[in-house]
Amino acid sequence: MSGVGKERRSVQVAIVGGGIVGTCVARELSRYKLDVLLIEAEPEVGWGTTKANSGIVHGGFHEEPGTLKAKFCLPGNQMFPKLCEELDVTFVQNGILLVARTEEEMEVVQRYYQRGKDRGVNLRLLSQEELFELEPNLSRSIVGAMYAPEGGSVMPFELAAALMENAIQNGAQLLVENPVINGWVDGDKKYLETPQYIIEADIVVNVAGLKADEIARLFGDAYFSILPRKGEEYLFDLSEKNVVTSTIFPVPSEISKGILVIPTAAGNLMMGPTSHNVPAKDDLATTYEGFRQIYEGAKSLVPNLQVRKVIAQFAGLRAASDRGDFIVECSPRVRGLIHLAGIESPGLTAAPAIAAHVPEMLKDKGYVLEPKEDFNPRREPVIRFNELSHEERDELVRKDPSFGRIICRCETVTEGEIVDAIRRGARTLDGIKFRARGGAGRCQGGFCQPFITQILSRELGVPVTEVTKAGPGSEQVMYEAKELSDREVL
Amino acid sequence: MKQVHVDVAVIGGGPAGLAASLAARKEGAERVLIIERNTELGGILQQCIHHGFGLHRFKDELTGPEYAQRFIDFVKETDIEVLLETMVLEVTPERKIYAVNSESGMLEIHAKSIVLAMGCRERTRGALRIPGSRPAGVFSAGTAQRYVNIDGYVPGKKAVILGSGDIGLIMARRFTLEGAKVEAVVEVLPYAAGLTRNVVQCLEDYDIPLHLQSTVIEIHGNKRIEAVTIAKVDEKWNPIPGTEQKIECDTLLLSVGLVPENELSSQAGVAIDPITNGPIVDDSMMTNLPGIFACGNVLHVHDLVDNVSKESERAGMYAGRYALGQSGEKSRKIKVVAGENIRYVVPHEVSADEPVEFFMRVQRPQDSVALDVGGLRQIRKTSVRPSEMLDVKLTPEQLQSFEGDTLVIQIVEK
Amino acid sequence: MLKHITCTVCPMSCNVELTLGEDNEILSLTGNKCARGKVYATSEHLHPERTLTSIVKARGGMHPVLPVRTNKPIPKEKLKEGMQVVAQIEAQAPVKMGDVIVADFLGLGVDLVATRDL
Repeated sequence: MSGVGKERRSVQVAIVGGGIVGTCVARELSRYKLDVLLIEAEPEVGWGTTKANSGIVHGGFHEEPGTLKAKFCLPGNQMFPKLCEELDVTFVQNGILLVARTEEEMEVVQRYYQRGKDRGVNLRLLSQEELFELEPNLSRSIVGAMYAPEGGSVMPFELAAALMENAIQNGAQLLVENPVINGWVDGDKKYLETPQYIIEADIVVNVAGLKADEIARLFGDAYFSILPRKGEEYLFDLSEKNVVTSTIFPVPSEISKGILVIPTAAGNLMMGPTSHNVPAKDDLATTYEGFRQIYEGAKSLVPNLQVRKVIAQFAGLRAASDRGDFIVECSPRVRGLIHLAGIESPGLTAAPAIAAHVPEMLKDKGYVLEPKEDFNPRREPVIRFNELSHEERDELVRKDPSFGRIICRCETVTEGEIVDAIRRGARTLDGIKFRARGGAGRCQGGFCQPFITQILSRELGVPVTEVTKAGPGSEQVMYEAKELSDREVL
Repeated sequence: MKQVHVDVAVIGGGPAGLAASLAARKEGAERVLIIERNTELGGILQQCIHHGFGLHRFKDELTGPEYAQRFIDFVKETDIEVLLETMVLEVTPERKIYAVNSESGMLEIHAKSIVLAMGCRERTRGALRIPGSRPAGVFSAGTAQRYVNIDGYVPGKKAVILGSGDIGLIMARRFTLEGAKVEAVVEVLPYAAGLTRNVVQCLEDYDIPLHLQSTVIEIHGNKRIEAVTIAKVDEKWNPIPGTEQKIECDTLLLSVGLVPENELSSQAGVAIDPITNGPIVDDSMMTNLPGIFACGNVLHVHDLVDNVSKESERAGMYAGRYALGQSGEKSRKIKVVAGENIRYVVPHEVSADEPVEFFMRVQRPQDSVALDVGGLRQIRKTSVRPSEMLDVKLTPEQLQSFEGDTLVIQIVEK
Repeated sequence: MLKHITCTVCPMSCNVELTLGEDNEILSLTGNKCARGKVYATSEHLHPERTLTSIVKARGGMHPVLPVRTNKPIPKEKLKEGMQVVAQIEAQAPVKMGDVIVADFLGLGVDLVATRDL
């Protein structure tokens, strides 16, 4: 055994990975009288693949019948309205349009229509006239479309954070900044080693995303690989909010659902993603070529997209498995080890359904799960100042003056909301951007970042020079005035 | 909601708002209110601690804070009201302003006239779509300026600056003086974009290399920026393969352009000129919305704060007049058109009732030319450059002698 | 020996070429389009001067730093030493614009003054 001198913790369930699936599982298992610990490598949950997810809650018609993707996607989609209502997460059920640019493509659309109908998806075929009335900014070269009104959008990191918050409310625990560096089995117990801890668990749920194959291998399961597949996305200024109402999909290719035009739940229009395999699990660079592909693809759907209205871009890596499908199974060798891996698209949509399946998997293996009587599915509602009326704002500020100080002008985010986000778990500039929208707007923190840095410093009790963008090593302003003054620079 | 009634409401307490409020008060408007989101007046000048301001206005080379303090002192001597730490959330065409602060909650401000003086924001990495990762240590130059000069922090110790406009050049010097090494300033044009004086005193004085016709094509680094790759560009600003060069750094500053902050204006229905990104105004600095005026950087990006003060005094005066009910109908509508080698002209429309001061910029540098103002005036210029705003005055008499309803301002060869 | 100085007096930015002798004295100069250019280039070669603008640490005010300037230009070669002195200063609020923070800065007969109230 390694790790002499590290603190030891003993839990019943250890969840490795705090992405959308891991946090869903944490909440799900917190319904039961179980001692649950979620172990996350990054400073906050939802910062792996989840952070770059397009946020689309899929319609459930894309997936090949007989796959796990098909098994979990539609049920997940159906769970979203209630899940988001309970967690007070913005879910915009604005529908999905699958459009055909040629008559051949229209035949493909018809096939998806049939597939979806067979599965029970709420779908409608639209004539050109109906389509352009619904979406006047679509390219007039589009010949027809299929409409899935129950598709929608959510902010994936908001949902992951909310799930974790609710799980913690119900007794689960969270350990951040602790990647799993070693693992082994001893009898019935599984052991996980991180930089700070040795964790002993009866049950391990491997939801480690890009590293799920590495975690599996620690326990002797070397039968699948994760092949990172990069996707870039480009965000538009809020001014472009109403260019389209639904998410616009072209007819899919073999490897991807295509370049989409996506109204995000935060209001920004988005275009993307690209889709190509990359060798490295940390290649998150955006590229000139990626933009070119995306802009070309998006313009073929919505011709009047204005490139000068792009305010931000990012890239993420899908944790695709070499199976081409989800891996949702118990380890064949180690009892109590579950692999939830290769959760690429439609992973976000499927997550609640996959998580709901985990108790079944455990019961099948003989584990007894006793439900809690006092499980509370609701997290404390979040105040969103920019959504309130002027009268509501007035009332709010009178109760708590910290809501009268606007910090982020572009997104209308108050100090009160930022402090609340910190209270709920945000510890970094990116955390504030993802949870409270501060710094996410058109000026990209140009105005507000110095103020947000000060608030983080104050609330976390650290000097400004230790406030990070995204965890240790990413301190944003590194030196105090005059600290560098004796350097031979002049 | 707290109800406030004023004659003139000025949104923004920087140099534009300060000058406009004083002029409105001087014109006779009794209740003049400045609404400022910061903890103090002065706007962006408070962080511009270098000197060079006020050469025309005060015949002196003041620092930004000194220039601001002069106007702040003038305002203090009057009964102009000031709301600090107050953010305007909405402006309506009926001239109601919704603002919020911690002390009062929401304020509903009824104004007889409004002056928009919100200034600019900076163009971002995201708007430029610079490829690469998204690590810590990337700042727009103005944000870095605020960190250093107001908050007392130096972001890093080894910087690259993209953009050789004055903000980039000034920050090259600031960083160097505070102990951070500036490895390079990178400029996409074939010449430095800022004043020659700044090239000498900010780059040459400190042997900071200036890479012309170049740009940053990739940002490297996982948690914190570690390096940038720069490359030469062709006339279309496309990177030339084979010219790539990697420069190690822990900080990247972006000085790549200013964008007037007109979100409030657009939402109110103010018509915006897509070239200036600022409101379309007439010779009283009034927008298409009656009683709503605009001046300073929110109208168009200035380079001399002296001109901001001049322009804003006009806007304030007319806003005051409007509030007093003394604005008459315009006798004529002459559209002002940007002609050959003129990128834009402000104001966009004149009557022949008032004297006018046009502010404009050329599209590209030219030598030995004349500025032709609708055939009414021709002014010789030894050289014109996009980074140096031009201004020309016309009297009402000159305008009255103008025939037609389109006045073209253009550069002609000499 | 030749030396080039870019004149910064007006936007023409004339490139002035100075011919220097063995003791660095100016033998001749060309390239300036006006007399001011000659004065500038001569002065810039013989005794280049700069106004120093910087910040000093401050206590008790709205901000933790106070912007300052030399109220007259100082020799360019003194900037480095000047910055080292500036790094050691801590001003105490309240301060008014124009207050002398360091009198006779570096013994050069200029003052380092505050450029704002704090």
